[in-house]
Amino acid sequence: MDQPDSPRSGVTRRAFIKGVIASGAVASSAAYLFRAGGEIFGQTSAPGSVERLITLNVNGQMRRVDVMKQETLAMTLRYKLGLTGTKIGCDRAECGACTVLIDDVPHYSCSVLTHTVRGRKVQTIEGLANGDQLHPVQQAIVDEQGFQCAFCMPGFTMAAVGFLKTNPNPTRQQLAHGISGNLCRCQDYDKILTAFMRGAEYMRRSS
Amino acid sequence: MADTKYIGQNYTPPDLVAKVTGRARYAEDFRAEGMLFAKLLTSPMPHCRVRNIDASAALAMPGVKGILTADDLPDLGPNVERALTNEPFYAGEPILAVAAVDELTAAEAVEKINVDLEPLPFVVDPLDALRPGGPDARTTGNVWGAPMPGGVGPNAASPVKTIKWTGEQFADADEGRLPMGEPTEQWAYGDLDAGFGNAALVLDETMVVQSTGHHPMETRSAMAYWQNGKLYIHASTQSVAQTLPNVARWCGIMPQQVVLISEYTGGGFGSKGGGAVSTCIPAMLSKKLNGVPVMMRITREDENYIGRARTNMSGRTRIGFAKDGRITALDLFIVQDNGSYGPMGDHRSAGLAASIIYQPQAMRWRAISVLTNTPPRSQQRSPGPMQANGQRAKLTSAFIVEALDKGKQAFRWDERKAYSGQRRGAKVRGVGVAVGPHGSGSIGFDSLMTLRPDGKLYVQSGVGNLGTHSVMDLARVAAEVLAMPWEKVEVVWGDTGKGVPWSCLSVGSQTTHAMTRANFAGANDLKRKLQEIAAKDLGGSPDDYELSNERVHRKGAGGGLTYTQAAKRAIELGGKYDGHEVPEDINVMTKGAAAKHAGLGVMGVAKDNYPRNGTTYSFVIGFAEVEVDVETGKVTLIDYLGVGDVGTVINPRSLLAQIKGGSCLGIAHALQQKWVFDPKYGLMLSRRFHYSKPLTILDIPATMNADAVGLPDPETPVGARGVGEPPVGAGYGAVLNAIADAVGVDVFRRAPVTSDLVLMSLENKKRMHEPLRAHV
Ligand code: FES
Ligand code: FES
Repeated sequence: MDQPDSPRSGVTRRAFIKGVIASGAVASSAAYLFRAGGEIFGQTSAPGSVERLITLNVNGQMRRVDVMKQETLAMTLRYKLGLTGTKIGCDRAECGACTVLIDDVPHYSCSVLTHTVRGRKVQTIEGLANGDQLHPVQQAIVDEQGFQCAFCMPGFTMAAVGFLKTNPNPTRQQLAHGISGNLCRCQDYDKILTAFMRGAEYMRRSS
Repeated sequence: MADTKYIGQNYTPPDLVAKVTGRARYAEDFRAEGMLFAKLLTSPMPHCRVRNIDASAALAMPGVKGILTADDLPDLGPNVERALTNEPFYAGEPILAVAAVDELTAAEAVEKINVDLEPLPFVVDPLDALRPGGPDARTTGNVWGAPMPGGVGPNAASPVKTIKWTGEQFADADEGRLPMGEPTEQWAYGDLDAGFGNAALVLDETMVVQSTGHHPMETRSAMAYWQNGKLYIHASTQSVAQTLPNVARWCGIMPQQVVLISEYTGGGFGSKGGGAVSTCIPAMLSKKLNGVPVMMRITREDENYIGRARTNMSGRTRIGFAKDGRITALDLFIVQDNGSYGPMGDHRSAGLAASIIYQPQAMRWRAISVLTNTPPRSQQRSPGPMQANGQRAKLTSAFIVEALDKGKQAFRWDERKAYSGQRRGAKVRGVGVAVGPHGSGSIGFDSLMTLRPDGKLYVQSGVGNLGTHSVMDLARVAAEVLAMPWEKVEVVWGDTGKGVPWSCLSVGSQTTHAMTRANFAGANDLKRKLQEIAAKDLGGSPDDYELSNERVHRKGAGGGLTYTQAAKRAIELGGKYDGHEVPEDINVMTKGAAAKHAGLGVMGVAKDNYPRNGTTYSFVIGFAEVEVDVETGKVTLIDYLGVGDVGTVINPRSLLAQIKGGSCLGIAHALQQKWVFDPKYGLMLSRRFHYSKPLTILDIPATMNADAVGLPDPETPVGARGVGEPPVGAGYGAVLNAIADAVGVDVFRRAPVTSDLVLMSLENKKRMHEPLRAHV
């Protein structure tokens, strides 16, 4: 999985938090919290800081959204864009429940600052199906009844779809490695793998 | 049931497409106009008293709307845990909550609150609490006494007492053996002395089992608001019908004032059994703020503290074996770390499980349940029996031998056993087998369903949707009895506003047994009504009629009514037929739900009154092969098979998922997950996934197998029992036994068996520095 702190993502959360702590503006933990975009309570932009109103490309749509500079993509998706399919399991890059694709690469959206995805393509679980037509990987999950409580499912599914774009014909072991950044607490990993192996097969057939 | 069409067949649960497209809404996915956010202020100390709270600076901040403290919550009686407290019993216990326009503002407000705390004595290790002069977790004592006869409610039944053991009794501790002073509870059967006297081999062993949090993937977030005197609450809970009265009690209102919505829950594993007490915080904040919606997101770290954990136990077993391996005597002493609330009963289930698994000719069980200043425990999937791995219970049925035989063959046990224990390079393989037992079925709950003029069967489901699919599976029984095409069955679940029958708690492997019985009763009630309606209209007696092709018709190919016609006739007839009259013996919640559905069609409504002789238990046998690297201490799981004896299988794919997933929970207890505390400050160090890592997809073999013997339980009409818990103990025990087979049991006597433990034993020839220390 691509590191959220990789240089190419521009402003990293770690660097950002460090900066915030240095300037003494807010406690570091505040970076994980939801801040409404309201005028009164929001921070006013200091000269030279990032713009608040930005355009994001999410699931093929251009969405105008008011984003705080410390806001994570998971929070923007869930609280500003109504895309609650993306789940937050840990909010700290431990579980993968929040995985989305950014330019086809799986990322933990809880650990990506929304401002860093401007001009990039974000895809969430809501953007996988084509109308009523499920994505082959989704169809495979339905056919194999791949998950239990399914709270980890959106993140796992995005991780699998992302991995299969790079390796459409993996072995079970390779696929397991490819999605090993995601945790499931219900833990029938065996069935999850079976579902995604079938998903890989459906994808190969449909392409 | 013979010749079934649905029972025992795989199907696609009706919630799966919503889940896979991200449309399924869990508690934190709901939004409401003007919704506020709540944040918690939690105790930084393991035990203290709140002397004063000064929130003036916080309340003066723009955007801060209100604060909730323990003084705003109803008194739930002595020793009962509340959502907020003025005397925190563990670091991380919530003291107050703040509501603000957004979370950041709420968090900033929390920082601005001055709480004056008086530190009190604390203890995190149960043995320290029992030492002479050792600290007590509470000012009122250090242990839970035995339940008092006539006590009311699970939490009011035991007194808090003070028990200290003597210095002499602690002498054993220096040799790493569990000291055994005065217990709070005990039972025995058979002649223990004779049993040990006749034994060819007597062992005396101590085993320490560590605790770890439940950590369902979805934390216990909740959103609540009030309208017209009613509380609407979106909560993450394992149960629906059974959570409703709890929410009402926590908020100090009547159950009729609560509408609970919980259509999807991201796991619970016992930690959200009857809901989570913290869910009353947004509800009470909202009440204070004139009903405005309040969302309280629970972070992973909050979840670690308030989200429940398994009890940890230390056990000492004296065990006598006859030459043929039969156990002649078993003397078990358990020190249970109960945590800060409870009282927990895992120590009792552990004793009972030991008697069932090992079938000793004579047995004594003694135990003490110690309060510590560590976060509260709750039943964690397979409470007690996992750690054990009572009195002789009479079981409804047990096909363990069949399951063992089936597994032994499928696992190629003999072949693997032949090479186990042999060292190849730095690696040694070992195989292990273990039985995971668990009580698996309650009785006496209600069923409610209607067959309506639109030709569909609406089955009301009052259990939770936490991933086991039992919330849907129970409707398969109704479809079966009524010969109803599955596409025409609508399962209505997850919203008490839609009317749900009184149902069992979705915990402890109870649901499948309890609710298949109830729905068998409800569906047969509906069937009888269809037959009576047909006989009324077409003559003859009800018994002349049978059901097929969505018709009730004379046996053979005679005349009859379609289901649609019969549903219309039921509405015309009224009375019991359309639910205007209901049986006396059903629960008041079911009566309320039936009233909502009266007049909509033919109603099936009944209480499960089927007899049952004996206690219902399910079993899973775990077979494991591990590889131990004696140079690095790393233990790798090579292969695993779980075989269930769980009665008739309702939904095979879900059953196997339960066996495999539950086994993994137990395997993680055997290999890696544990709580760690700093005993000096009483603070937890293992606060997140990162520090107490669950199994990942790379920690299991590339394929993992499960199976079931599928023999029906004779003491329930559908033959089905529950399965949630048994695989946990099976996975845990099988892996520990496999490690023992590879390198010898002397290497650990503690779980989880981490690399450092293995290396310490193998290289130093002695076990860890403080073998009895909890939470290390
Ligand atoms: S929520 Fe982002 S990794 Fe867990
Ligand atoms: S299916 Fe429940 S967490 Fe993965």
